[in-house]
Amino acid sequence: MKRNMICVTCPRGCRLQVVKDGHGKLTVSGNFCARGVKYAQIELSDPRRMIASTVRVRNGIHAVVPVATDQPIPKALILDAMALLKRVVVDAPVRMGDVILPDVLASGVNIVASRDLAGRDAAWSP
Amino acid sequence: MSERFIASDFDVVVIGAGPAGLAAAISAKENGAGSVLVIDRESEAGGILQQCVHNGFGLDTFKEDLPGPSYAQRYIDRAAAAGVAFLFNTMVTAVSRDRRVLTSNDRDGVREYRGKAIVFAMGCRERSRAQIRVPGTRPAGVYTAGTAQRWVNIDGFLPGRRFVILGSGDIGMIMARRLTLEGAKVECVVEINSYLSGLSRNLVQCLQDYDIPLLLRHTVTKIIGNKRVEAVEISAVDERWKPVAGSERAVPCDTLLLSVGLIPENELTRRVGIEMDPLIGGPVVDNRYATNLPGFFGAGNVVQVYDLVDSVSSAAEIAGRSAARYAAGTFAADCGSMPVHPGKNVRQVVPQRICPASLAEDPIALQLRVAKPLEGPVEFRVIGGDRILVRKRFPYARPGEMATVMIPKAAGSAFRETDEVRIDAVPLAEGIE
Ligand SMILES: Cc1cc2nc3c(=O)[nH]c(=O)nc-3n(C[C@H](O)[C@H](O)[C@H](O)COP(=O)(O)OP(=O)(O)OC[C@H]3O[C@@H](n4cnc5c(N)ncnc54)[C@H](O)[C@@H]3O)c2cc1C
Ligand code: SF4
Repeated sequence: MKRNMICVTCPRGCRLQVVKDGHGKLTVSGNFCARGVKYAQIELSDPRRMIASTVRVRNGIHAVVPVATDQPIPKALILDAMALLKRVVVDAPVRMGDVILPDVLASGVNIVASRDLAGRDAAWSP
Repeated sequence: MSERFIASDFDVVVIGAGPAGLAAAISAKENGAGSVLVIDRESEAGGILQQCVHNGFGLDTFKEDLPGPSYAQRYIDRAAAAGVAFLFNTMVTAVSRDRRVLTSNDRDGVREYRGKAIVFAMGCRERSRAQIRVPGTRPAGVYTAGTAQRWVNIDGFLPGRRFVILGSGDIGMIMARRLTLEGAKVECVVEINSYLSGLSRNLVQCLQDYDIPLLLRHTVTKIIGNKRVEAVEISAVDERWKPVAGSERAVPCDTLLLSVGLIPENELTRRVGIEMDPLIGGPVVDNRYATNLPGFFGAGNVVQVYDLVDSVSSAAEIAGRSAARYAAGTFAADCGSMPVHPGKNVRQVVPQRICPASLAEDPIALQLRVAKPLEGPVEFRVIGGDRILVRKRFPYARPGEMATVMIPKAAGSAFRETDEVRIDAVPLAEGIE
């Protein structure tokens, strides 16, 4: 089996040529660094992505606070995880790293707050 | 809210509290500036990063894959710890050649601050419909991708249900994914060139992952709708971007997003009479990020639109250090700088001038974009007179992806023998010298 893919691990976006022989062994070329090989392996067996979104905040300086997965999540779970996030509302203040949804869909991945978000009436200076 | 400042005089005044302004301010403090003031028209620091909720930031700086707001948070925390002063909700309306900064806000009205050195860090803004001239009616529902990004990611509302995105810039592709995840339908991304204008990784993780079609060599030829967008007409184009007759089709949608490029935000810079690079739209700077006007420095996207915020931060640190030195009176105004010209296959290069003397302290990074995609191995050559002073090879070079060529410290003596240099991008298939 032969496949071309683009490594999404970093902004360089190397074009990988991946060949799988009869014994399931992968040969990867076109990668600038070793992470490209790992990406190709995972992409063929258990593709994952980082995802980011927002959740509603009560009494915050903004209406929503940005959140993201703390590690890549299986692609197949992305839409279900998004549906769960839609129902979440948190109270300000929020701190960066606060766990918003632990162990989403039993994937072992947490969804955490991406920034501090002060309450609406708190005096806030950075 | 930020504090009320009694003082009007600062060693360094930074205009803009985005990643560039933050990194420049922290670096100015670390390099000895006693007082540093950062002014921003927004209510908080972080600049555009606060609306860039996706991951992909900080791989160079922190060796971590961070969302934009987390990258900003780290710099905000560092700036607070370093004792940088902030003034928010405040617009800088003008600066003068003697480094007075005129501001306006609701609380103080019009007020003047003075800096011994000034750092411009106003970032960039998006090209809008006026700059690309899409014909048709003028209904509601035509926005820049960045405006939509702000609405979705900060204000928490979706500006439409069915989208077409014009331009394959990164912000457009990232918004295509974001809107899809929020439950909207993105019909397609339309790109007039035959190549992607953003990063290839975004093609995979923003479009292909969600089966969003990318139409290369197509454009929007008409906007249809009275009060609100009802459809857009999409046509194929030829090599000269002319619509191909008979190829047009109407795609129903309620919103058209424009992701057709960013331009440095430089009204203040221009009005004070600083020399500009007309192609890039930013001030001409040397490798210390000094402009031609003494005491004025440029940091981040005002200088050029960088691909990665990590490069914004590292360039801004140099600008902040230069500003601190200028304020302290230890900055060599005349460093004997020479111009760096974009040569064969190179569209632009920053810095536009280099001071060979700086090589005694640090290597110099030249950041450039090629004029067209070069898909095979490429060698960048820095040439002075008829000598190749520096070479660097890449497996390929694309206009959408900025390349960095380092001039090592050891090259210092070679640069002292020339008074201008040029940088070429030579496809290696054309023969190695
Ligand atoms: C919509 C959009 C989306 C982007 N998405 C990405 C992305 O996903 N990844 C990426 O790496 N890069 C992205 N970029 C590029 C991004 O701008 C840079 O990576 C980075 O934010 C640049 O930092 P900066 O500090 O130079 O500019 P900015 O972050 O734009 O900060 C400039 C600051 O200056 C302030 N300002 C401007 N003029 C004045 C004035 N006259 N008075 C007072 N304050 C002023 C602004 O309010 C702003 O806070 C995006 C850019 C835009 C416009
Ligand atoms: S192979 Fe390495 S350098 Fe290339 S995109 Fe993947 S992580 Fe980046």
